[in-house]
Amino acid sequence: MTEAGPIALRARAEALAAPLPPLLAEAEHLAATVTMGEHGRRRPGAGSAFWQYRPALPFDPSGSIDWRRSARSDEAYVRETEWQIAQSVMLWVDPSASMDYASPKMAPKKERARLLALGSAVLLTRGGERVGLSGLRLPPRRHAGQLLRLAELLAQDDQADYGAPDIHGLPPQSRALFLSDFLGDPAPVEAALTGAAERGVRGVLMMVLDPAEEGFPFGGRTIFESMAGGLRHETRQARDLKDRYLERLAERKDRLAALARATGWLFEVHHTDASAASALLWLYGALERRG
Amino acid sequence: MLMLGPLGFTAPWLLLGLIVLPALWLILRAVPPAPVRRRFPGVALLLGLGDREAQADRTPWWLMLLRMLALAALIAGFAGPILNPTPQPQGSGPLLVIADGTWADARDWDSRVERMQALLTEAQRAGQPSAVAVLTELTEETPAPEFTGAEAVLLRLPSLQPQPYAPDAEALSAWADRLEGEFDTLWLSDGLERDSRAPLLAALQDHGSVSVYQVPRQTLGLRPAAYENGEIAISAVRTPTGPATTAELSVIGLDPAGVERQLATAPLDFAPGEAVAQVALTLPPELRNRVTRFEIAGQRSAGTVALADDGLRRREVALIEPEAGGEGLDLLSPLHYLREALEPTSDLIEGGLDTAIPANPDVIVLADEGALPAGQDEALQGWVEDGGLLLRFAGPRLAASDVARLREDPLLPVRLRAGGRNVGGAMSWGEPKTMAPFDEDSPFYGLPVPRDVTVSAQVMAQPDPDLADRVIAQLADGTPLVTRKALGEGQVVLFHVTANAEWSSLPLAGLFPAMLERLAVTSRQAPPEAGDLDGTVWMPDEVLDARGTLSEAETLPGVPGERIAGGSPGPDMPPGLYAGEDRRLAVNVLERDATLAPAAWPGNVTVEGLSAARELPLKGWLLGGALMLLLVDVIAALLLAGRLRGPVAAALALMMLALPQGQAQAQPAEQRLTPQEEAFAAEATDAVVLAHVLTGDAEVDDLAQAGLTGLSRSLFQRSSIEPAAPMGVDIETDELAFFPLLYWPVTPDAPLPSPQAYDKLNAYLRGGGMILFDTRDADTAGYGSETPEGRRLQAIARPLDIPPIEPIPADHVLTRTFYLLQAFPGRYEGPIWVETSRQAQAVEGMPFRDLNDNVSPVVIGGNDWASAWAVDDAGLPLRPVGRGQAGERQREMALRFGMNLVMHVLTGNYKSDQVHVPALLERLGQ
Repeated sequence: MTEAGPIALRARAEALAAPLPPLLAEAEHLAATVTMGEHGRRRPGAGSAFWQYRPALPFDPSGSIDWRRSARSDEAYVRETEWQIAQSVMLWVDPSASMDYASPKMAPKKERARLLALGSAVLLTRGGERVGLSGLRLPPRRHAGQLLRLAELLAQDDQADYGAPDIHGLPPQSRALFLSDFLGDPAPVEAALTGAAERGVRGVLMMVLDPAEEGFPFGGRTIFESMAGGLRHETRQARDLKDRYLERLAERKDRLAALARATGWLFEVHHTDASAASALLWLYGALERRG
Repeated sequence: MLMLGPLGFTAPWLLLGLIVLPALWLILRAVPPAPVRRRFPGVALLLGLGDREAQADRTPWWLMLLRMLALAALIAGFAGPILNPTPQPQGSGPLLVIADGTWADARDWDSRVERMQALLTEAQRAGQPSAVAVLTELTEETPAPEFTGAEAVLLRLPSLQPQPYAPDAEALSAWADRLEGEFDTLWLSDGLERDSRAPLLAALQDHGSVSVYQVPRQTLGLRPAAYENGEIAISAVRTPTGPATTAELSVIGLDPAGVERQLATAPLDFAPGEAVAQVALTLPPELRNRVTRFEIAGQRSAGTVALADDGLRRREVALIEPEAGGEGLDLLSPLHYLREALEPTSDLIEGGLDTAIPANPDVIVLADEGALPAGQDEALQGWVEDGGLLLRFAGPRLAASDVARLREDPLLPVRLRAGGRNVGGAMSWGEPKTMAPFDEDSPFYGLPVPRDVTVSAQVMAQPDPDLADRVIAQLADGTPLVTRKALGEGQVVLFHVTANAEWSSLPLAGLFPAMLERLAVTSRQAPPEAGDLDGTVWMPDEVLDARGTLSEAETLPGVPGERIAGGSPGPDMPPGLYAGEDRRLAVNVLERDATLAPAAWPGNVTVEGLSAARELPLKGWLLGGALMLLLVDVIAALLLAGRLRGPVAAALALMMLALPQGQAQAQPAEQRLTPQEEAFAAEATDAVVLAHVLTGDAEVDDLAQAGLTGLSRSLFQRSSIEPAAPMGVDIETDELAFFPLLYWPVTPDAPLPSPQAYDKLNAYLRGGGMILFDTRDADTAGYGSETPEGRRLQAIARPLDIPPIEPIPADHVLTRTFYLLQAFPGRYEGPIWVETSRQAQAVEGMPFRDLNDNVSPVVIGGNDWASAWAVDDAGLPLRPVGRGQAGERQREMALRFGMNLVMHVLTGNYKSDQVHVPALLERLGQ
């Protein structure tokens, strides 16, 4: 047993670690298709590197006037530095069982969500932002090991049927990215988003759905069960439910969109049969939103 | 067994299970189909959604119907349904199975025997004692059938055969009288009405029930042919009459080589509703005289064969005018009465002997001729000895001449006294003489002698020792009237009176043509009357069996003429050809005015068809159907439960569609080439490939391969033909079309190709291929005799589509397609044969005739070319040829022949073109 212990541990560890490098590599690969063209901040802001001199405007405090430059002309100039203060971007990927769902020949939603999250992290890290995980799991940092840690933590699963974003540890005024199918109870999501908005956190809600969830291609007498088995619903004619299900789904999307609008977040639906690259591009653009 | 129409059930009580079906329906309706369990995250959205339709939980009605049908099929299947079950013979009493067994049965006799077998097997199962009888085999002495176990009767079945005649009514009644006891009868009827049926039926019904099996089909019969107005009239009858049909009449006879062939065909058109179809054939006399029989093509029955006898033959009779004929009244002409008597039945040749003998008539009639000119008499004697019949009549000139006075003349049967005699005239005593009845050994025996025939003058025969043998008719006073002697294969007959009414009234009497007919001077017009044939005995020559096949009558006894005249063939007189003294009579199955009528049975007799009576157990079909339905049910249930979606459903649907089409799709698949065939074709068409036919003899095949290898090498080295390695070809399986030349070494024990292979070979020859047959025997036999290889070659080549052949002419294009050759040696040097050239004519200024336009499809020889060509792998000759330098020269010539042959095949008659004539002329001039 004592001998088997370490061996088993190592085997488990290796099995656990096995998906990480591919996920990271894939995410890097995905990010490589996006980052080109967005070099640096290239905007004035807090930082140490000189950016530009600009004529002083009435609202500029006098302390910000660069007298050395202003002395060479009749006008007063303000020396601006390039924006170098990094943002914190907190990620949350729904680890619950419902994200394991995949229609035949498709990748599970969880996989796509993790890929998008990690891809965003790669891009953001490259762009100089600090990326962390919400819920005090990984504080935002910016160093080479962070991505590896991120990948490791993202790979952890949860047995619950549905998950809700954890806003603990969200730094104020930071950015957040929540990836989930949002099919569970919407109340915790609302609470989390409201709470985040109160701290000045803005971000993106991305609803990752499987095509089957959007199409409901079922018929006949069926017992539907949630992925962890917590919920079940029996119907005698599944086809008959399709319209009403789709209605409810649209309702859920509307509700989330309205919530996002109210809190200043962005809401987007992504299907696992759509291209991951375009979703990543959109995500990056949304997270880099100014203001 | 329960019977519902044509359907019977062996276990009918199982059908009670069908009652359960409605109950089952209700139960099944109440049970909804089993649900599918599905994991689905969207379930959170579904919570609280109720089902709107209560209907959907029920199994749909069509699925229910499907299941009910499957169940019903199962129940019905296990109930043992049988379509057309053989009815159990009523009771278990003895069973008598009788068949008509006439010629009308012959066509489907096998199915009748099968039917009897089925009946008897059934009887065996039921333990009934049985007996079987064929009505045509019964004679008046046949004892009543003995009922034994059906096993023993079954053993007799294969020996039952139909006969080419109808059952004998007397024999039937005698047999029916002898029947005793109670038994049931099953009668396999041939479908034709005849008078003997009703009495026998009545007799059988006295003993028990009678059921009849009769096939409602058309029976055809051919009446004997007759010669009318220069045409052969022949008619066919049918029963029952029906819509318009056409039967094909084949006229069969011997060709000049003595081989039986179809000489002509004619359609026999039956008008709708008409029972008789008639056709008139006009055949040239030479063809007509060779006709042996008429047949309706495609019918195997004696009734559709009409044998032709001498009645159809027209004899050629040469009437020789007396030289000094000159002017005269017709009625006084010595030949007038003969002409009248012969004209309707014979082809007359008139003129002098010098023109008549070369025409080779059957009969030459000399009326009142004295001595013949020297030379003519020898020719005439030769003609008689070859089988001619010389018929002479006396007259004043014969009486006055001194022919055959002192010694017998070869062309007269007897010596004649000088002068003859006159009786009953003005200058003589006595009454004109009447004729005496004919002796038994006279060919005229049986002919009635009319009283009014008188003879007033005649020539007298010398009383020689052999006179009595030669007299075949005499007067009442015993003086010879007609004498005859054999000469060689022919005979000479002398009427001691004139051929006109000058000396006697015989030519005026009806007896005269009858006598001529007996002498086979004329041929019969009408069927012989009993009187005509009285006292004659006819030997069966060839007899017909019920299936219409002629065979030699070997040991059958002779038949008296009266019987033949009576018609209606029977066991004592099977239909066929009967030979009399000098002519043949045909006894046909149908009379000249025969009609056929379908047998009518009284209402109290059950009549069943033969073919519809087959038992067909339906159990397997029903169970299979039930299984199929259940399979469909499985798929339908899956579909309904939503478990069958997407590609799986599509695949299943495709499979269902494809199932019935599997058969149809398999067909084109077979047309496709197998990989082996493709490889073979690719190899054979990659370059020019010489091929040899595989004989099955490994040594011969190896040698042929080596020979063609040697030839291919030489071709490669010396000409622009660059052949690939030669191939052995199996004519049964391989495609031949790829090869320009097939080398076919013939072995004495080579198997004959199959008909398919012959088709292929003929197509190959027609398509321009060439076969080089090599008997490899150096043609040693020569002059009429044959080697075993030669005989085999003949057997192999007989079905091939080979044009006439001839020994190769010296200017054949083969002599100059590449090399200039005079001989075509192989290991031996013998003649070779090629296709006969068309009418080749030498054109002025051309050294060669313009021979065939095509490549000769065959070249036949025995020179064992393969041995001369054969080389081993190193290119060295395998077999010795000749001796020393001369042998090498011969080998070289053999190779040159091979190259010429291949060039000939590939270039055709190119070298026959005139283009090269000057150059060739120049070379030839050297």
